[in-house]
Amino acid sequence: MHPAPSIIAFTTFSGLGLGLLFWLGVDPDAPTGWIAFAFFLIGYVLAIGGLMASTLHLGRPERALKAFTQWRSSWLSREAWTACAALVVMGIYAALLVFFGLQVHVLGWLGAILCLATVFTTSMIYTQLKTVPRWHHWSTPVLFQLYALGGGALLSGRVTTGLVLIGLAALAQGGWWLAGDRRLAASGTTIESATGLGQIGRVRAFEPPHTGSNYLLREMVFVVGRKHAHKLRLIALGLMVVLPAFLLLLPFGHWLAVLAVLAHVAGVLTARWLFFAEAEHVVGLYYGKR
Amino acid sequence: MTTLPEQTTRSLGLVIDLDTCVGCHACVISCKGWNTENYGAPLSDQDPYGADPSGTFLNRVHSYEVQPDDAPAQLVHFPKSCLHCQDAPCVTVCPTGASYKRTEDGIVLVNETDCIGCGLCAWACPYGARELDLAEGVMKKCTLCVDRIYNETLPEEDRTPACVRTCPAGARHFGDLSDPDSDVSRLVADRGGMDLMPEQGTKPVNKYLPPRPRDSWQGEVDVLAPFLEPVAEEPRGFLAWIDKTLEKL
Repeated sequence: MHPAPSIIAFTTFSGLGLGLLFWLGVDPDAPTGWIAFAFFLIGYVLAIGGLMASTLHLGRPERALKAFTQWRSSWLSREAWTACAALVVMGIYAALLVFFGLQVHVLGWLGAILCLATVFTTSMIYTQLKTVPRWHHWSTPVLFQLYALGGGALLSGRVTTGLVLIGLAALAQGGWWLAGDRRLAASGTTIESATGLGQIGRVRAFEPPHTGSNYLLREMVFVVGRKHAHKLRLIALGLMVVLPAFLLLLPFGHWLAVLAVLAHVAGVLTARWLFFAEAEHVVGLYYGKR
Repeated sequence: MTTLPEQTTRSLGLVIDLDTCVGCHACVISCKGWNTENYGAPLSDQDPYGADPSGTFLNRVHSYEVQPDDAPAQLVHFPKSCLHCQDAPCVTVCPTGASYKRTEDGIVLVNETDCIGCGLCAWACPYGARELDLAEGVMKKCTLCVDRIYNETLPEEDRTPACVRTCPAGARHFGDLSDPDSDVSRLVADRGGMDLMPEQGTKPVNKYLPPRPRDSWQGEVDVLAPFLEPVAEEPRGFLAWIDKTLEKL
């Protein structure tokens, strides 16, 4: 799949922002006043910035509101609803904390659940696609949740919890990569089943239908990034978990924590780039590519 | 609504004969010609006369080489357009309700005024049947020429999809695949019509007829064949010396 910057930014930053809001919601003794303002501002900038980025890849962004109509059948529509609900509930919770120093725990918990539900609906947009076997597995939503919870914990200043969770995310990511490498073969979809010609013999794409490129190839048959995939996986894990762990285990300082968070975000962005770049869409088989 | 109908009254679709298709791409051109100036937004091209042309097409013809274990390779031309699946994954993922499957004839259509161009339906389609038009920003797909097949201002023989009407080899057939007595259904039954990617669970309406078995020599050898055997198997004399010397170098 084409690793569109808008989609990578959307899933990464909205996940981080919603993760941070989750931890603020479940905090038994949440910050108030200006400190609360700063935390919620970071959470909202990330979450809303990510969600806004997702509209950049639309062909008709001016009609984006229509995406709220099909929540009964479409995960993308459900995501729009959960995102709005999460941001509104957390907004009320945040306003009470910032302006009145009042913590309404029920609102916080409700908002936190909605934040995780939003991350879940985002992950289901990808998980539901049978056409991309690497994504079509229950482990994809688990991975997205761990990323959001781990990154959110780091952002909220929970060092130990954050390190444990990003460690788990890294383990899950490693397993997801290794299992994902075999999933296209396991799906049973081949150029033979795509063309129905497997009964006769081995099939090879002889001539493409067009001399130039097209939407399908640009959007769904991205083979450029695979060359360095293994190196990028190691770089992603190093940035995402090893470097932040090292920085946070040093004598604690605010600037080290900022560096740790930045390294983590860079690692997640790399992993998310691979999430798309390595994903093989079965339509590539018609072009003899994967 | 982007939920699928429980059942459709008819299942209109195409039957494509891979034995007959000659790969002339006339269906591609007639499809683009008709659909760029009729239903919905035109099918735009980007850089059409430049170095990197590309554009929106609803029908494309691939060509495959098939290599049997014990026979010469075959070339199969393979037209591909929307298969109007009974369990169309492109419809249920649509967040706006722009994509839908019609109850009356099973045609999968896009309501272009509702489409936000998110591209998720194209991701959900295993066949590459949907393309986002870059000029219009909305999703385009085969309409089964819905503006021809019911069009009473056209002569009756033209009330079929443009690709079917134009095919010079008679490789494309149009009809109701839910009616077991229709011409297309009988063709599918007679020739072993097949689904593409059945493991994807899309239940396509369109069917493909596999190429018929090819003729073979069946061990028959012409009486003159022995006279055509190669005369010189191994070089001798001076040529053999040159051959050996060159080998050594």
